[in-house]
Amino acid sequence: MSHIVIIGAGECGARAAFALREKGFDGRITLVGEEEHLPYERPPLSKDALLHGHAPKLVSDAARYAEAGIAVLTGVTVESIDPTAKIVQLSNGTSRDYDQLLLTTGARPRPFPGLSGANHRIRTLRTHGDTVAIRAALQPDTHLAIIGGGFIGLELAATARKLGAQVTLVEGLPRILSRGVPEEVATVVADRHKAEGAEIICGVKIQELSEDRDGARIRLEDGRTIAADLIVVGIGAVPNVELAQDAGLVIDNGIAVDEHLRTSVPDIFAAGDCCSFPLRHYGGRRVRLEAWRNAQDQGLLAAANLMGAGEAIASVPWFWSDQYDLTLQIAGLADGTTQTIRRDMADGAFILFHLDAGGRLIAASGIGTGNAVARDIRLAEMMIAAGVRPDPVALAAAETKLKSLLAA
Amino acid sequence: MSNWVEVCATDEIDEEDVIRFDHEGKTFAVYRSPDDEFFATDGLCTHEKIHLADGLVMDDIIECPKHNGRFSYKTGEAKGAPVCVNLRTYPVKVEAGSVFISLA
Repeated sequence: MSHIVIIGAGECGARAAFALREKGFDGRITLVGEEEHLPYERPPLSKDALLHGHAPKLVSDAARYAEAGIAVLTGVTVESIDPTAKIVQLSNGTSRDYDQLLLTTGARPRPFPGLSGANHRIRTLRTHGDTVAIRAALQPDTHLAIIGGGFIGLELAATARKLGAQVTLVEGLPRILSRGVPEEVATVVADRHKAEGAEIICGVKIQELSEDRDGARIRLEDGRTIAADLIVVGIGAVPNVELAQDAGLVIDNGIAVDEHLRTSVPDIFAAGDCCSFPLRHYGGRRVRLEAWRNAQDQGLLAAANLMGAGEAIASVPWFWSDQYDLTLQIAGLADGTTQTIRRDMADGAFILFHLDAGGRLIAASGIGTGNAVARDIRLAEMMIAAGVRPDPVALAAAETKLKSLLAA
Repeated sequence: MSNWVEVCATDEIDEEDVIRFDHEGKTFAVYRSPDDEFFATDGLCTHEKIHLADGLVMDDIIECPKHNGRFSYKTGEAKGAPVCVNLRTYPVKVEAGSVFISLA
């Protein structure tokens, strides 16, 4: 019987496993994950799970894996892949033969340069265990210092304020969210954090982080020192490529895959945060995305292609972040923008549409309370995929339904 | 006996669109399909309790605005990850230019 082994039991690997069954794969499926939990959703870790101390929100419960005939090995790492013999060696001393392999090994937090691993008061946030540890440390009036003004750092800042902690966030670049979020949108976010009582320090480099029994300290290059009870570092993620690299797969800012998610080695696919892939709607440029939706989409696509569908990656990058009652959503990639059109909506919500030199819509960034911008960002995503060149006047007019521009 | 509740005038919902309808502490989503029929479901996504009326209607599908979970609004059927629990549907009728749903 044909055997597909999936290495990495996060959103992507779990989705791929179920999708194989939904598409009628009748061979064996083994899903191997290093965490103790069944696959769970990571987005709540910086938000509701941290706020309320929830148990992990499982992608599916144990019964569904059993029902689908998916063997899940938790708390097990893969030590090596032999792509010639087609065997993976596991940390529990056993091995598995495979016919096809899917690597969904994900990413891990980028460590702060020069900092060793064994710190109690200097942490990162990626796993449920991280959330439990941070929650335990966050009492009212605890001083939390966050390094990095990206989505993780800002979501953590919002949740920590809700828990009553004092928050100082340090970003080395001149503003928060400088990777992929337009300044107009980032300003709304920064203002909200300041209004909620968080201190945000931008444009200052960090010289050193240190901790002792009583606390942790950030020494800034301008001479200032920030004392905190806990420091959380959120400066991006690095893809988990070592296993693939050791097996001889081509690595290029992640495990390099083609438009079908095939790696450089036959019968090995990769998907999700760990891989870099050519992005069709942007001239085939190679990107790596760290996003929940991408993990889902690529899990589904990998399943189809493991079964020989030969489908190419067609999705447009899409991200969201929730901070307080604000939701920010972004579709597409805005580099290459030559014209930006602003559409103002009810209650202060707005969307920026980014057009390239040829008038094609390449990205849309929106912010508002609740789901104010969701429907239009979704339509923008469909317009980007369709290569639409919308009329800028119509884009700016909130009364023009985007759906009508999609059809045009 | 059916408990028919008036939602709105038919022209208050565009074709291939949805509105939110709150009634006696419950929230519903009421849809008008591209072929001009009306449907109603529970208002919150079965994945994370998000108002579906903020989502996008495409043919006979409603897509959740938060995580893109999809349902058939005609049958309530969940159309795959991340949603796996079906949506409850309610009978709908149109009378004298108004849309009614049955909450019995």
